[in-house]
Amino acid sequence: MERSGWDLGRDDVEHLLHEAAAMRGESLWQDALRRLRRNRAAWSSLLFLALVAAVSLFAPALPLPSPVTLDLQLEPQPPVAPWSVWGSHGFEPDYWDLTAVDGLLVKARLAVFGDWQTGHWLGTDGKGRDILSRIVWGSRTSILVALAATLCSLLIGVTYGALSGLLGGRVDNLMMRVVDVLYSIPFIFLVIFLITLVNEYRTELEDRFGIDREVVFFIVIGAVYWLTMARVVRGQVLSLRNTEFVDAARVIGASTARILFVHLVPNVLSIVIVYLTLTIPAVMLFEAFLTFLGLGIEPPKVSWGLLAVDGSEMVNPVRIYWWLVVFPAAAMASTLLALNVLGDGLRDALDPKLRGKD
Amino acid sequence: MSSPPLLRVRDLAVHFPVGRRGLLGRPARHLKAVDGVSFDLERGESLGLVGESGCGKSTTARAIVGLQRASAGSVQLDGVELTGLDRRAWLPHRRRVQMIFQDPYASLDPRQTVGSILAEPLSIHGLAKPRRRKLEAMALLEAVGLNPRHVARYPHEFSGGQRQRIGIARALALEPELLICDEPVSALDVSIQAQIINLLDELRRRFGLAYLFIAHDLAVVRHLCERVAVMYLGRVVEDAERERLFASPRHPYTRALLSAVPVADPARERERRRTLLRGDVPSPLDPPGGCPFHPRCPEREAVEGDACAVSVPSLGRVGGGDDAACAHQSACHLDPTLE
Amino acid sequence: MATPMLSVRDLSVRFDTPHGSVRAVDGVSFELHEGETLGLVGESGSGKSVTNLALLGLVPSPPGVVEAREVRFGERDLATLPPAELRRIRGNEIAMIFQDPMTSLNPLLTVGRQLTEVLEEHRGLSRSEARTLCARGLGDVGIPEPEARLDAWPHELSGGMRQRVMIAMALLCRPRVLIADEPTTALDVTIQAQILELLADLQERHGTAIVLITHDLGVVAGMADRVHVMYAGRLVEAARTDDLFGRPLHPYTEGLLASVPSFDGDPTQALASIPGQPPDLVDLPPGCAFAPRCPLASDACRARTPLLEEVTDPRSSRRRRSACLDALALAERHAGEASR
Repeated sequence: MERSGWDLGRDDVEHLLHEAAAMRGESLWQDALRRLRRNRAAWSSLLFLALVAAVSLFAPALPLPSPVTLDLQLEPQPPVAPWSVWGSHGFEPDYWDLTAVDGLLVKARLAVFGDWQTGHWLGTDGKGRDILSRIVWGSRTSILVALAATLCSLLIGVTYGALSGLLGGRVDNLMMRVVDVLYSIPFIFLVIFLITLVNEYRTELEDRFGIDREVVFFIVIGAVYWLTMARVVRGQVLSLRNTEFVDAARVIGASTARILFVHLVPNVLSIVIVYLTLTIPAVMLFEAFLTFLGLGIEPPKVSWGLLAVDGSEMVNPVRIYWWLVVFPAAAMASTLLALNVLGDGLRDALDPKLRGKD
Repeated sequence: MSSPPLLRVRDLAVHFPVGRRGLLGRPARHLKAVDGVSFDLERGESLGLVGESGCGKSTTARAIVGLQRASAGSVQLDGVELTGLDRRAWLPHRRRVQMIFQDPYASLDPRQTVGSILAEPLSIHGLAKPRRRKLEAMALLEAVGLNPRHVARYPHEFSGGQRQRIGIARALALEPELLICDEPVSALDVSIQAQIINLLDELRRRFGLAYLFIAHDLAVVRHLCERVAVMYLGRVVEDAERERLFASPRHPYTRALLSAVPVADPARERERRRTLLRGDVPSPLDPPGGCPFHPRCPEREAVEGDACAVSVPSLGRVGGGDDAACAHQSACHLDPTLE
Repeated sequence: MATPMLSVRDLSVRFDTPHGSVRAVDGVSFELHEGETLGLVGESGSGKSVTNLALLGLVPSPPGVVEAREVRFGERDLATLPPAELRRIRGNEIAMIFQDPMTSLNPLLTVGRQLTEVLEEHRGLSRSEARTLCARGLGDVGIPEPEARLDAWPHELSGGMRQRVMIAMALLCRPRVLIADEPTTALDVTIQAQILELLADLQERHGTAIVLITHDLGVVAGMADRVHVMYAGRLVEAARTDDLFGRPLHPYTEGLLASVPSFDGDPTQALASIPGQPPDLVDLPPGCAFAPRCPLASDACRARTPLLEEVTDPRSSRRRRSACLDALALAERHAGEASR
């Protein structure tokens, strides 16, 4: 074959390259994004979740009262409308140990707003802490937990599943048996056991290894939530592994790693993403559940689960402090709903049967 | 002695274990997908491998390019043994042997642009600098009759026929000498099929390619191949030059196959007599003893005794020129020239 | 001419998707007479299968919308029939066989169970009566040991055998019309030959009218009395088989015939092929859908969609139907070639 025979003139080449760049095709991702945009419910869910993420990320920089500042009162104060009490002065930055970034954000807040803080728009709890602020700060825990599970799912789950599916045969058999074994461990008990253990040797562990309950909590979440992902991905890869484009890659001499990461993983990503939007709510609920049992996040830190605990403790037949329960529950419910709607929308948007149709 | 043929396949066998029990159990039995296939392919020659589904023609092709491990036999490219090579050892030979696949919808990675599909073989073999690869991709598109400006598009933006052209361009990227075509037109509509056949024909002449063309459609093979080998149940039963095979087929199976193909001519369809075969192709898991074709053979009565049911006839010369390359071979007890 | 047993006028099927509507079938009319075989030819996406699904009310709705001026079957109009009545006709008087014999049988029921169900449903026969009839039906389609086969499971049968079972099932109620949608496409040529022979033989014995939907021109040439060619949802040519293959009056038919590799052409010559790609049904060009690929296309073709109209073939003086503005010119060219 004469490769030189195909060469086009120099000017021609530049021109053609230019034109080719202009005629960029639409990737399946772009196509999916466009279709997701048309799904109004899913798109607004995505925007809502982005807002939640932004608010929780920049929580220290927002002019909210500190979630831990106690203001000893006899009972919880009901919500006040922003137009009646817009805000007050007297904010003091007292938090638990914050990270350096959060410390900077607090400094930024002090520089911009001074000691001004918002009023108790969503009321206060029995110890006079601002509910809005606690919800916002609590969302950080939920999102952190979600991120941890996502990361584990993606890194361990996808790689493990893809490798298992691609190698196939006995290796696959062995790898999947390992997953089965991990699956069969009753995790609730494991968590209870581990956390009691940590409580027992608390000081020792913290001083020597820097392991506290939160770390254990994240390790447990990480250990559980990649398993299903590994199975899902393995199933997908198993069905893709014998398709002709993988054969074609082998025939041109592609290595196993190349086939795995250039051809297989991008093709299972759509399923992975949809699956993630279903995992995240489950993880958030799991966190709330553990905290509710007293095994998760500890005061003074806040999480949505903790808010639910606090709220439910205040419920009594004589006086119902509804705002203690309704607002945290609404925050959690709307986030979970948004995640589910987004998951649904993503599944439709990434559906190969609808590809190319706008 | 003359130089070895471009491709020499000798007694190639591919057996699949079936019914393995447990994790480490031994397979209960073997499915003999390919069972002793031999042929030669010269430089620039085009050999058609035809047969019905399950006859082992695709498995033969996959074994030749190393997608399937051969259980026995040898595959030699220019005298170099290919069976048993690992990926690294295969790599230099990949540039000489490439493959075109059947399903234009499954053979292109949907997440890659056409440009990166075509550049991938170049980058794996380190052929051309990254910037030049895009140009090479454009030149390849041009060579297969597509608009070179479409390099940045994705496979789903093309129709079936256009995708098959992209698959052909990918196979050409490494400038191979031998193209294995696994039913490249059978998934296409008639009008598009003709375009691709013409393209393959043109490319062969232009680049001096040799084809191993696998198909079930005899008319397509007649159009593209100078020599045809007919397979039945994992074996080659007849191997002859195009003119001889279509004008005077020797093996009863070839005759039946030729007579079964419908022709787009009502007058000829009305007057022609079909040799209807009895029954179905036997399962390769449980092949009949003796000649694999004997339970369905319409001419079995002509053979005296029960040789057909007892011994497997070997491929033997029944005519053709003196040159080995134009020999007409058939595997049937009916042929008096055979032992 | 006798009254046709099935007559379809202006059948249209469109699929309304959120992204625009797809005209899968557009204004198709045809007739089917007692005992004849009508070939319906076209490439994928030409609407040939959807046409027949629409006849029997099998187009999923939504998204499918079926419109027809008339679908007359004997005395009844299928288009206005209530679904229950239509179900009685379907399988009983009009039967269908599909392309894929692997998926059309329920893998969880024995062959016999699936066959007898049809008779019990449509004829109200008892199980044992039905079994006897079914065994006879299997014997009719050339299945050896039919009695034993009644107890077989679908996975125990080969592809050819399964297609025979499907045919036997379709013919159990002695339908007057058999719609065969690509009945041999999934089968090997030697098995295809058996099945085609079987269909022809059964038609001769029972006088069933067959609508044969296929993309394979060879199959049509051997089986059909008349052939209708579809392109992009419309009928582009309708003729007797001999006329169509001998003197096609539509450039698409002509191109299609020329692009089939044959056993007697010169193999070293390039095949004639139709340039370009089939059109996108969502975004059909104005005028004749074939115009972008047509060697004869003029501005008139691109301006309005030509309808299937009668043309008199100057050679045979038979009346033919073609949806090409240049049909007469094509006919004269064929006549000129013949006289030369």
